[in-house]
Amino acid sequence: MTGLLPFYRRGASPLHATRACVGALWASALTAATLLLYQPLVLLALLLAILGAAAGAGVGRLVARSLRTALIVALPIVVVNVLVSRQGLTVFARVGDMGPFGQGHLTVEAAVYGAVIALKLTLLILISTLAGLAVDPDELLRVWRRLSFRSALTASLATRMLPVLAADTRRLSEAQRTRPDGAPSGARGRVALLGAVVGGSLDRAMDVAATLELRGFATARRAPRLWRPWSRHDIAFAASAAAILGLAVLGRLAGAASFSAYPALHMPVGAGTLALCAALIGAVLLPFGDRRGIDL
Amino acid sequence: MRAPLLSFDRVSYRYPGRDVPALHEVSFEVQPGEFCLLAGLSGHGKSTLLRAACGLAPHFHGGRFAGRVTLAGLDTREHAPARLGAFAAVLFQDPETQLVMNSVRAELALALESRGHVAAAVARGVEEVALALGIDHLLDRCTHDLSGGEKQRVALGAALAGRPRMVLLDEPTSQLDPVAGDELIGLLRRLNQEWETTILLAEHRLERCLAAADRVIALQRGGVACDGDPAAFLEWAALQAPALQTPGAKMFALAGLRPPPVGVRQARRALRSHGLLPEEDQPQPAASPAGRAPRRRKAPVALSMRGVWHELRDGPAILRGVTLSVQPGESVALMGRNGAGKSTLLRHAAGLLEPTRGRIERAGRVALLLQNPGDYFIHERVADEASAEALEAVGLAEMAERNPRDLSGGERQRLALAIVTGTRRASAERPAVLALDEPTRGMDREAKAELGGELRRRAAEGQAVIVATHDPEFAAACARRAILLADGRVIADGDARELLAGGWYFATETSRILGGAGGALQPEQGAELLGARALAPSSSPGHSGRSAAAAADGALRSRSSEQATAGWVVR
Repeated sequence: MTGLLPFYRRGASPLHATRACVGALWASALTAATLLLYQPLVLLALLLAILGAAAGAGVGRLVARSLRTALIVALPIVVVNVLVSRQGLTVFARVGDMGPFGQGHLTVEAAVYGAVIALKLTLLILISTLAGLAVDPDELLRVWRRLSFRSALTASLATRMLPVLAADTRRLSEAQRTRPDGAPSGARGRVALLGAVVGGSLDRAMDVAATLELRGFATARRAPRLWRPWSRHDIAFAASAAAILGLAVLGRLAGAASFSAYPALHMPVGAGTLALCAALIGAVLLPFGDRRGIDL
Repeated sequence: MRAPLLSFDRVSYRYPGRDVPALHEVSFEVQPGEFCLLAGLSGHGKSTLLRAACGLAPHFHGGRFAGRVTLAGLDTREHAPARLGAFAAVLFQDPETQLVMNSVRAELALALESRGHVAAAVARGVEEVALALGIDHLLDRCTHDLSGGEKQRVALGAALAGRPRMVLLDEPTSQLDPVAGDELIGLLRRLNQEWETTILLAEHRLERCLAAADRVIALQRGGVACDGDPAAFLEWAALQAPALQTPGAKMFALAGLRPPPVGVRQARRALRSHGLLPEEDQPQPAASPAGRAPRRRKAPVALSMRGVWHELRDGPAILRGVTLSVQPGESVALMGRNGAGKSTLLRHAAGLLEPTRGRIERAGRVALLLQNPGDYFIHERVADEASAEALEAVGLAEMAERNPRDLSGGERQRLALAIVTGTRRASAERPAVLALDEPTRGMDREAKAELGGELRRRAAEGQAVIVATHDPEFAAACARRAILLADGRVIADGDARELLAGGWYFATETSRILGGAGGALQPEQGAELLGARALAPSSSPGHSGRSAAAAADGALRSRSSEQATAGWVVR
């Protein structure tokens, strides 16, 4: 029943088999590339690569669901940008006086720029979903615990408690549905229900705190350093991260990903741009081709 | 004599804001390597005593503390739980609140890492505890994907990873099925015998663990009422606290046999020595031969399921073609291991889930009481949760002004029952079926008896009652029919007396003692059977003894069946 919830589960994929800090580094490289690049074609190539990576990691279905959620967040950005931006030259509609926003001249440039920002936001959401599903948070936070034990453990608890709270909410909602006169309605009912959820969470928090206390939370020391030989997947994803970052910087500096929306659209698509797209897709997906030494 | 590992010296403790002390003048010592059982009714101080033993009371809970507790020579007032935790591990009732990491491996490693062990020691400690508890195959699993039994084992592993000298356990089997519960008790016994780990275990279902214990400490109103070996405890319980007697001990006491048996093996030996048990058991069917209850044509049906499947989109089938029907006034116990599909079946019955295949028909509303009664409470007053009539029906009318969260476990269960069966509107439809999912979790025997009585009353009024339970004693006491589920399928469906008499796990203690003779009898009926056997013409062991015993058993079986039909079951 929790199979479709977006939480980390160990899976049989190269990304799951990679050590967490390399997985996080790879996700960070994708994030950096998304932030550095504006060329829509390159961003679409990144989108394709990320969806391919999600499929390669065996979490395609969950990432696709996240894509739907991301679009719900991203689409209003396009609409708002079209309504408030006055920098474009190509007017495609005039909607008259818009009060504090002045004359409503809607431009193609504002629509395209809004779409680029929305696409970047979508990519960021997909990257974090993919990382959340395929990078072991315990292992990652273990590294962090060497720096700050308590804050890392608190973060660990937060990630652990997400599915627990989701299960609590489901349970409470089921219990309310079994009431003969149905779940309480109206603002007062919702407040009462919220109070019950919060009350239950606080009870649980007390027990969790007692458990942590007995496990030595108060006297906690720095986590020991663990040495692990680098696997082929660690090396592949580290190389992939370096390649993604390098390509993004190179594309930006060499002008292969140049793009400007205002005052008029400037979006040259040459061989360099296409090569950058292909290279980015390859850099993202190549580590998924090697599935040796993976176990569940 | 070795120094005690745990010592309570005139300890009294009162929680903040409470007038009544939770512990009162408690004194006892636990020697290293002892297996001690803490017995007592709900609210009599077992959990508080465990919390005082590890320093959570008063360090964590606050309150007023008097007296002295020492653990491994450390005074708990002077040392914090984090320090004491190195000597005593604690396992609470709900494993969900004891798992703080996402993966099992990280969970087992956390306590070792936070106590500053080097990496090699952490890795070794994790592997060893996983192998010792048989959870090595779970090491790379996510904690939120584990079953209840697996979570409890992992929580125990996390507690044991640092090799503490003592383990304190608060009703660890209350959420487990009989198989997982027995496995956990066996595991504790092995830890105790092979590693000399000291065990202090609070438990309601004493019949499950009494035979493993060296000593029993019984608490009454926060004080130690009895402290002795299991046999001495049972002698005391027969006189002073009948609610703490095991079913076997109760049967012996009613039959006038002494001493009370500590376990099934001892009871059977004692009965044989008295000539009340044949040398060889008569074979008992594990279930009705056809595996299904006989069909009654044209009988009214309160709930009918035909070929019901529940298949997860990306996962296994939870229910696989379940077909059953329940008549008005029928009481059914639904049994099976954790994950067998009991809760899912009840959710389908109540319409919370839609079957992916199959059909469900209901004669009226199905009231479903889910596992955690606290999930139903959303108001500050009991009176706001259900109508006065519903509260009256469950005996909570006098508590109308109390906060639901201040009620005891049994009272909370009754209030939840009032909520799902009644309504804030007095004119609401009366449910045709009452379904309860594990209603006896964490309940003591008194509360279970109360609930059993309430369910029998409702069945007698014509309501169909379906109870999913892990407790064979409760099932035998409140159900006429039992259904055994495994892997989403009905594997046995028949008379509860037959079905709960022939197995190893899903059988009452009385029936295990009597070898299933007479069916799954209550202790009173078991005592009657023993009395009948004693009066039979030939009661000596052997063939003729078996014949006499069989005659007595047959007479009792038919009589108890008649009583049940005439008494509260309308079929």
